[in-house]
Amino acid sequence: MARFILRRLVGMVAVLFAVSVLTFLIFNVIPNSDPAQRMAGKQATPELVASITKEWGFDDSLPQQYVTMMRKVFSGDLISYEGRENVDEKIVEGIPETFSLCIGAAVIWLFFGILFGYLSAVRAGGWLDKTLTVIAVTGISMPVFWLAAIFLNYLTYKTEIFPSGGYVEFTTEPIEWANHLILPWITLAILYAGFYSRVLRSSMLDVMGEDYVRTARAKGLSEQRVMSRHVMRNSLIPIVTLFGLDFGALLGGAILIEGIFSLEGIGQYAYEALKNTDLPPIMAIVLFGAFFVVLFNALVDIAYAYLDPRIRLGASANG
Amino acid sequence: MASAPLLSVRDLRVGFVTEGGRLQAVDGVSFDLAPGEVLAIVGESGSGKSVIAQTIIGLTRSPNSRIDGSVQLRGAELIDADDAELRKVRGEQIGMVFQDPMTSFNPVYKIGWQIVEAIRAHRRDIGDKEAGEIAVEMLDSVGIPNPARRVDDYPHEFSGGMRQRAMIAMALALEPDLLIADEPTTALDVTVQAQILALLERLNRDRGLATILITHDLGVVAEVADRVLVMYAGRVVEQGTLDEIFYDPQHPYTWGLLGSLTRMDRERPKRLPQISGAPPSLQSLPQGCSFRPRCPHEFGRCSELPALDARLSETPAHLDRCWLSPEQKCELRQVEGEIGLEAPAR
Amino acid sequence: MAAEPIAATGPAASSPWRLALRRLRRNRIALGFLGLFVLIVVFVLAAPLWSHNVAHTGPNDTHTLQKVEVDGEKRDVVNPEGQPIGPVWFGASGKFFLGADGRLGRDEMVRLMYGGRTSLLIGISSALITTALATLFGLLAGYYRGATDSVISRSMDVLWAFPVLLLAIALGLVLAVGGLQIGPIHISGGSIWIPILIIGVVMVPYMARPIRGEVLSLREKEFVEAAVAQGAGSLRVMFGELLPNLWSTIIVFFTLNIANNLLLESALSFLGVGVQPPNASWGTMIASGNDLITSAPLLTIIPGTMILLTVLSLNVFGDGLRDALDPRSKVRLEAHAGMAEPEGTAV
Repeated sequence: MARFILRRLVGMVAVLFAVSVLTFLIFNVIPNSDPAQRMAGKQATPELVASITKEWGFDDSLPQQYVTMMRKVFSGDLISYEGRENVDEKIVEGIPETFSLCIGAAVIWLFFGILFGYLSAVRAGGWLDKTLTVIAVTGISMPVFWLAAIFLNYLTYKTEIFPSGGYVEFTTEPIEWANHLILPWITLAILYAGFYSRVLRSSMLDVMGEDYVRTARAKGLSEQRVMSRHVMRNSLIPIVTLFGLDFGALLGGAILIEGIFSLEGIGQYAYEALKNTDLPPIMAIVLFGAFFVVLFNALVDIAYAYLDPRIRLGASANG
Repeated sequence: MASAPLLSVRDLRVGFVTEGGRLQAVDGVSFDLAPGEVLAIVGESGSGKSVIAQTIIGLTRSPNSRIDGSVQLRGAELIDADDAELRKVRGEQIGMVFQDPMTSFNPVYKIGWQIVEAIRAHRRDIGDKEAGEIAVEMLDSVGIPNPARRVDDYPHEFSGGMRQRAMIAMALALEPDLLIADEPTTALDVTVQAQILALLERLNRDRGLATILITHDLGVVAEVADRVLVMYAGRVVEQGTLDEIFYDPQHPYTWGLLGSLTRMDRERPKRLPQISGAPPSLQSLPQGCSFRPRCPHEFGRCSELPALDARLSETPAHLDRCWLSPEQKCELRQVEGEIGLEAPAR
Repeated sequence: MAAEPIAATGPAASSPWRLALRRLRRNRIALGFLGLFVLIVVFVLAAPLWSHNVAHTGPNDTHTLQKVEVDGEKRDVVNPEGQPIGPVWFGASGKFFLGADGRLGRDEMVRLMYGGRTSLLIGISSALITTALATLFGLLAGYYRGATDSVISRSMDVLWAFPVLLLAIALGLVLAVGGLQIGPIHISGGSIWIPILIIGVVMVPYMARPIRGEVLSLREKEFVEAAVAQGAGSLRVMFGELLPNLWSTIIVFFTLNIANNLLLESALSFLGVGVQPPNASWGTMIASGNDLITSAPLLTIIPGTMILLTVLSLNVFGDGLRDALDPRSKVRLEAHAGMAEPEGTAV
C-alpha cells in the first residue's frame, strides 16, 4: 500500500511539473507581449524597459526564468506583472468564494442527481422516468453561462428575487452568504445534476440485471434490503469516482459562473490574468487547479480500491 | 408416491412478451417431487428448464410475464402467493443455486457476510456471531478446506469449484427441504463437475434433501437423479425413473440425447453422433409435435401434437409424447447396436 | 430478466449493423431528435438564401440610422435610446424577422443563420479532429502498451490535469492574436480554424482514454490471437481487426463530441477567445446580447435556445445510437466520463 501511494505521489509531481512547463512555454510563445514593455506603460523609454527587464530577469534564459518563477511560486513571493500584486495572497483571498460555490453546488447536484437517477431507474420506462430524463438531458444541453444570464435577468434584474452577485462572507452574515450564492449554485448544479442522474440511472439498470441481485432475491431478502445493500452499494461506485474527478476539476475555479455572478474567486482571477496575459498568476492558478485535479484523481483511485475489493487485491486468486 | 409430495407442480405455463413477440417458455408442465427425491430436468437451452426452476420461487414474476398453473409446496400455493409469503419460502424452505457462481455472488462483500445475510434475513433471533459460526459450519460441510479463514474471503478469491460449493452452502444455510440447482456444473471444469455432483449426492443422502437438478447434460443426470424430466421447446417430452429413461426411452429426442453421449465403455465412434438441426424458435413453434422437423421417424400423425401419456401399461408413471407404438420404438431406437437417433433422411 | 436465453434459431441472425439499424428505427424519440438536428442544419445552410432573397442584407451589414417599413408604418431599426427593434416576423416581408441585434442594427435572423453555420462547422470539424486523434492514440496506446502507452497516457494525463477551459482560453488568446504557424502553413488569428484546432486538440484526452480502455480489453479477445497466429502484423491487427470493432463506440462518441464541442465553442466565443469578429457564432451572439439583456432579452435567449436545441438533439440521438448499437454497453459509463462530461465543458 505504501509503495502504491509513493508511486502515485511521484506521478502527481511529474504531472504537475509537466503542466507547469507547458504553461510556461505557451506564454513565452506569445508574439506580442513583452511584459517589460507593458509594465513600463505608455510613457516607456527604452531605458525604463531595459531596467525592468533586468530587474525582473526577463533577459535570463528561458530555463532560468522558469526556475526562478517556480521558486517564487512556492516561496510565496510571486508577483504579478500587471498590478504588481502578490499572487499567492490573491489566490488565498479567492478561495472562500470558489470553495463556497463548489461545495454548495456539489451538495445540491449530488442530492438531486442521485434522487432523480434513483427514481428514473426504479420506475424505468414509466412516465416519471421519461420526464426526469427529459429534464436531465435538457439540463446538460444548455450553455451554463447562458442559463446564468437568463436567471440573472428574470430572477434578479427584473424581479429582484435574488441579489445580483457579489460575495458576502459566511462569517459575517450566513444568510446573505447563502442568498448571494443560491443562483450560482443552482446554475452550476443543473448541469451536473442532469448528468449524474443519467449516470446513476444507467449504472443502476446495469446492476439490477446482474446475477447477484437475482441471488439476493432468491435468498429471501426484503426488496428494501436488496435495493440498499446490493443494488445501491454497487451502483454508486461510478458516481463516487465521477464526483471525485468533477469536484477536483471544479476547485480550480469555475471561470464562467464566477464571472457572471461577480464572485471574486479563483476562476475570476484566472480570467483577468488571461486577458492581461499575466504569466505569474496564470502559472500559479494553473498549478493550483492541476494540483486539485491530480489530488482528487489519486483519491478516487484509492476510494475505488476501497469500494471494489477486486481492484484491491489485483486479479482474482484463481480463475 | 407413498406419502404426500413435497412439491407438486400442475400444468405450469409461463409466457413472456419480448422484443420479438410473445413466446411460451413453459407450456403445461406437471410433476411431483417426493421428500428426499432427486429430479433431473434435462433439455437444451431454450427448452424452458431454467424458467421452471425460477418460476417455482417466483423469480420470473414481471410485467412481461404471464404465469398460470399451480405450484404447491406442502400444499401451500406459490403461484399467487404474495411477496411476503414468497420471501419466507425463499431460502428457508427452498434453496437455490445458480449456474455461474462468479456472477451470482456480490463481488464487494465477503462470502461469509453474504451467508450471514441469508441467515439473518429469516432468523432475526440468531445474532451476528452465531450466524457467523453457522456460516463456517456450512462451508465446512460442503467440503471447503480452512473454512474459518475462508469465510472472510471475497468471491473472486475462491476458485470456481469452491465458489459453487460456497453457493450451495449459502443455499442450505437455513436447512431448507428442497434445493433447486440450475445448471450448477455447467460453468465448471469437468473434474470439478464430478466433485460438485458428488457433493449434491452426499447432501441428498445425508440430509434427505430433495433436489431439482437442471442440466443439459444427461451424463450429469446419470450420477445423481432418481427421476428425469426431458424438456423440449417448453414441453415435457418424456418423464420417468432414471432406469426407465436410460434403458427404455420412449421418445426420439431422448434417444438422440442418449446416443450423443460419449461412452467410455464402448468403442470410439467414427463420428460423434448428434441430433441434426436446431431447436425451434419459441416465437414460431411448428404445428403438432415440435420435434418433428428433426425426427427421422416422423409420420403423418405427427402433425397432431401428441399428448403426454403413459403408453406402457406396466409403468404408468413413465410418460412420453410420441405417437409411435412401443414396438416401433423398440426397433427404431437401435442404431448400430446402441440406443440412438439416426440422422433424418433428407 | 430471469428468463433463460432463447436459442438463436430460424433464419441466420442479421449482421449486427442491420440489427442496430432496426433497433434504431424503432426508437421514435431518437429519430425525432435526429430530424430536429437535420432541420437545424438545413436552417443554417439556408443562410445565403434567406439573406439574399428575403432579408436582403448580410450578417454584418449595419442599419443603425435606417428605418424599416413594418405593416405600413415606418419604424427605426435602432431607436434614439439605442433600443433595437424587436421581432418583426413577416411584417416587413421577412426583413428583421427576429428584429435587430443591438446598436449596430444588424438583422438578427440572418446573423442567427450565419452564426449557426460557424458554430456547427466548428463543432463538427473539431469533433472530426478529436475523434481521429483520439482513435489513433487510443489504438496505439492500447495495442502496443508498454513504453508507447506510458508516453501517450502520461501526455493525456497532463492535458487532462489542465483545467480545460483555462487551457482553451489560454490557447485562444495566444493564437487568436498572432495566428498559428505550422511549418509552411500560416493560419491567421481570425480564421475559424483556430477554434477548430484548439477545441479539437483539447478534447482528445477525454475520448482517447475510454478508447484505449476498450482497445485493451478487445486485444485480449481470441480473434486478435487468431489474426496474429495467421501472421498479421501490428498495423493489420490494429486497423484490420481492432478498429472495426471500435466503430460503434467511435460513432457514438463522435456524435456526443459534436454536442460537447458546440458548448465549448460557445463558451470560448462568449469570452471573446473563440470566434473573432467579423465572424459570428451563436456564442458571440449571446455575448453581445448579454449587454442588452434587460432591454432586449430575446437577443440572448434566441441564440442560446438554438444551442440548446442542437446539443439536445445530438445528445438524445447519440444516446439512441448507443442503445441501438449495444443495448447493454458497459462503455456507456466511459462515454459519459469522457464525453458529455462537464469537465470538458465550460463552467
